[in-house]
Amino acid sequence: MQSLYFRAMGEFLLIIVSAVLVNNYVLTKFLGICPFLGVSSKLETAVGMSFAVMFVMTLASTASWLVQTFILEPFDLMFLQTIFFILIIASLVQFIEMLIHKTSPVLYQALGIFLPLITTNCAVLGVALLNVQQGQGFFASVLYGFGAAVGFALVLVLFAGLRERLSYAPVPDAFRGAPVALVTAGMMSLAFMGFSGLVKF
Amino acid sequence: MHVLIAVASLGGFALIAGLLLSLAQKKFRVEGDPMVEKIDAVLPQTQCGQCGYPGCKPYAEAVARGEADINHCVPGGERTMHQLADLMGVEPKPLAEEPTAPMVAFIREDDCIGCTLCIKACPVDAIVGAPKQYHTVIADYCTGCTLCVEPCPVDCIDMLLKPELIEHWAWPLPETERARIGRERKGSHARAA
Repeated sequence: MQSLYFRAMGEFLLIIVSAVLVNNYVLTKFLGICPFLGVSSKLETAVGMSFAVMFVMTLASTASWLVQTFILEPFDLMFLQTIFFILIIASLVQFIEMLIHKTSPVLYQALGIFLPLITTNCAVLGVALLNVQQGQGFFASVLYGFGAAVGFALVLVLFAGLRERLSYAPVPDAFRGAPVALVTAGMMSLAFMGFSGLVKF
Repeated sequence: MHVLIAVASLGGFALIAGLLLSLAQKKFRVEGDPMVEKIDAVLPQTQCGQCGYPGCKPYAEAVARGEADINHCVPGGERTMHQLADLMGVEPKPLAEEPTAPMVAFIREDDCIGCTLCIKACPVDAIVGAPKQYHTVIADYCTGCTLCVEPCPVDCIDMLLKPELIEHWAWPLPETERARIGRERKGSHARAA
């Protein structure tokens, strides 16, 4: 019994590590680049965005698993997968937009257009779709969604920190702004590619 | 049949999501624009109108809507501009008007005819007087906004340099490169906090 418990915990840990580092959605799968570049110029905004995406991604992967198992598979409606998942994500984003507008108007102002754009963030839909394709159990799906969100948050916060430092660095004029940000993102991606093979998943 | 199930399940799901969202909308209703309140709280409330808006609240509304720049508050100076930049999530920018030495209005009582026009113009009630009596400025309350100069029919109001009082005086910092960097760092820390 005990060993079974440890094996389950080990598996969950592997799922998290795999989703955060090895299969990082931004830097190795290249999904969700839009907020990655758009909201990363200030650390505070990046942290706020990270929490919003974490919330949406975890709940979206949970809800999409439920919909997949209890609606799509029994009624053989797999062709409705995308539209169902987009519906889930859009509702969640609407909800979190209301929540942020109420609780933190400053964050609402800072996130601006990127908050409703989480709806079309391909990383969120990507997590939901890949999750279902891998055919995991309920807890594994939730954990995978959460891990992917943590990975997104980690990368976004790291990148925002780098960009804050970069704005004080003596960058050549031609490279200021977007070019040096893209070069930095490429280098971070190279670094994260180094994790591949750490976990086979 | 298959199509009917598809339509019913998707429609039903959308209906439930819509109902939940409308409930959430009721629960998390936001009265007015909370940004305006936050910006208004940062402004110095001198109602001087030097930003081009008829008071601090209208300026706050214009900034919240994104119509006005953050750098027009003259009495607030650099500090208010940095606070506004933080609130709005934009880059700080130099003040629109050159910061001037603090000024104070002074009424030459020999020329004052006691018309009370300057009293009505003063946004901070820093001018005392009554009809047909000399008026005078309470220097401690005067923000130096110059709004009283224009309405005076006999031009008896002068803007003087605010005298440096002993309680406001501090040793001037040495003008070295190191001192300049130190001041910049102090400023950026104050902004980050």
